[in-house]
Amino acid sequence: MRLTGAEIAIQCLQEEGVEFVFGYPGGAVLYIYDALFNQDKVKHILVRHEQAALHAADAYARASGRTGVALVTSGPGVTNAVTGIATAHMDSIPMVVISGQVPTPAIGLDAFQEVDTVGITRPCVKHNFLVKHVDELASTIKKAFYVAASGRPGPVLVDIPKDVSQHIAEFTYPKSVSMRSYNPVTKGHSGQIKKAVQMLMEARRPMVYVGGGVILGNASEQLTHLVQDLGFPCTNTLMGLGAYPGTDPQFVGMLGMHGTYEANLAMQHCDVLLAVGARFDDRVIGNPQHFYSEARRIIHVDIDPSSISKRVRVDVPIVGNVADVLEEMQKLINASPVRPDTTALKDWWKQIGEWRARECLRYDHSSAIIKPQYVVEKLYEVTHGDAIVTSDVGQHQMWAAQYYKFDKPRRWLNSGGLGTMGFGLPAAMGAQLAYPDATVACVTGEASIQMCIQELSTCKQYHLPVKIINLNNRYLGMVRQWQQILHGNRYSESYMDALPDFVKLAESYGHVGVRIENPADVEPALREAFALKNRVVFLDFITDQTENVFPMVKAGHGLTEMIMGAEDL
Amino acid sequence: MESKQPMRHILSLLLENEAGALSRVAGLFSARGYNIESLTVAPTEDPTLSRMTIVTSGSEEVIEQITKQLNKLIDVVKVFDLNEGNHIERELMLVKVRAEGKDREELKRTADIFRGRIIDVTDRTYTIELTGPRDKLDAFLEAIARSQILETVRTGASGIGRGEWVLRV
Repeated sequence: MRLTGAEIAIQCLQEEGVEFVFGYPGGAVLYIYDALFNQDKVKHILVRHEQAALHAADAYARASGRTGVALVTSGPGVTNAVTGIATAHMDSIPMVVISGQVPTPAIGLDAFQEVDTVGITRPCVKHNFLVKHVDELASTIKKAFYVAASGRPGPVLVDIPKDVSQHIAEFTYPKSVSMRSYNPVTKGHSGQIKKAVQMLMEARRPMVYVGGGVILGNASEQLTHLVQDLGFPCTNTLMGLGAYPGTDPQFVGMLGMHGTYEANLAMQHCDVLLAVGARFDDRVIGNPQHFYSEARRIIHVDIDPSSISKRVRVDVPIVGNVADVLEEMQKLINASPVRPDTTALKDWWKQIGEWRARECLRYDHSSAIIKPQYVVEKLYEVTHGDAIVTSDVGQHQMWAAQYYKFDKPRRWLNSGGLGTMGFGLPAAMGAQLAYPDATVACVTGEASIQMCIQELSTCKQYHLPVKIINLNNRYLGMVRQWQQILHGNRYSESYMDALPDFVKLAESYGHVGVRIENPADVEPALREAFALKNRVVFLDFITDQTENVFPMVKAGHGLTEMIMGAEDL
Repeated sequence: MESKQPMRHILSLLLENEAGALSRVAGLFSARGYNIESLTVAPTEDPTLSRMTIVTSGSEEVIEQITKQLNKLIDVVKVFDLNEGNHIERELMLVKVRAEGKDREELKRTADIFRGRIIDVTDRTYTIELTGPRDKLDAFLEAIARSQILETVRTGASGIGRGEWVLRV
């Protein structure tokens, strides 16, 4: 079959079973858009800004486990997409980005809308390709999908010059890929796994620390089984929420900078730590020197060898697919004649119980002003804990993570690594497209939401009835919190003056907007909003301006050096 | 990670001989703040593969991370730290020196001692070619007067393992 490059690109997407392409047309991709026009298998979602195309494709991938696809034009199309590519890269999200490029003879001549796309995106992709000849196009796209989804996933960009999309070639889609330079490990080393299980059995104060890798590796079931079988305490990172059920009694909450008292203390004082699909990053363990001050043995399971012994040296490294490794561990545990010391474990739980009794997430319920935590708690109740929740970045993100209990993986979508404001709304669109019948809520703030607010228009066009939970405190809340705690109350540029009337704004896009100013109205407003199944509802909650996220570990401090509340300031 | 004394390491890489492979490696070093003392690259007998030698320095932990990060690059086929075994290191240097009057004889003698070759001559200059490990080239430059040196060009080190051991795909 002889096809143009553009037709080949679209055929490849069909072969990969791609449902949605999130994109924005422009000069360099006109042939590709023409090829899209002539078919109806791959649906195109027209966003209002390329950043949103990337976030929507990214969240589609996070929610569904499939590879997200975005399509942008050359030059500004690509530069606008970079934030979204970097966001996906930091959180290891499988994504294929197709970008247009100026025609090959024009490359390097500062042509209109030319940018060195491969150069600009190199540090924030898993891999990228510039397709110089139409004959290489199909095999390159095949490789892109393979690299994006295998091993530690990540975004892969394919840059297609305009003449390549115009030229004709014989099309056959390769059935398989083999790359001599890319062979991701899958099976863990059995000797190491044996050693790990032995170590777990010897534990007196065990702790299981679970990151986003368990969600990406679809290993929640195996992990939950293992943790429950052993009776160990378990914590999830921000990226790992939902990997272990949030309502389970063995769950001690999220850990890290805004982790619970019990999770952080158990992390610090355990004697055997099982880390699965997590990477000991600065927001999770704080200062590594402080973390070292207590002796513990660490087992670290991860698919990426470079994540192991990067910030913290570990005793038993296991490189492999987390699901496979956990299954192998479970087999050995089942066959093991020894079990962890039950008395020691009981004492450990007693200790954890005492830490829990501090109720570190308590807040003022009698306030006459709406507390943001209360909104998230009510959101949890009203949605029966069963919504897909996306968030932007800042205080609202932390409150959503702390107060919404995720029992299942792929229900909590947020930019954990890069911390990208503007992620929430387009992410909600991607999730809603992946699951048209699901309840999707975007927990955001008045600052973050304005970074991709134009997507209200996309929601209208494609009837994506997401619910926006705007925790409006008229401040860049997290910046304000740091300025209060670390910069002597000097609120430099963290106040948002001249905010729009979000109710009218939502209405002007054809949606429902509601402002809520009294705590008593929070729950009814949420109920009404979620009852409107087919509408976007923008709930503008006017919340306490100076509420802070606690507990808090200051950047660079030890995990147990927590500020528990205003009384500690 | 506790920091230890940085040590000099010679990393040997096989990578796909493709446009952009070099910048992926160079970009990795700058993005993660790793040192590069020198980097050389050229195609091998198999034209689809390039062989690269990187001289870097860092603690054991840093070198381990560099090796892992290099292995993660899709274009990199193999990475080997030559410091893990016996190896040979060679570098080529071209030096143009001021060679006039009685200095001419002395420079010729010094070049001979270092087994250098004079490959270009004018009335007033010599251009000397010198091969060897880094310290030998350094020693040669020390041995002649600074004021005599007009220009130096060094390739950076190339390394290979000793004996039967070979780095191949």
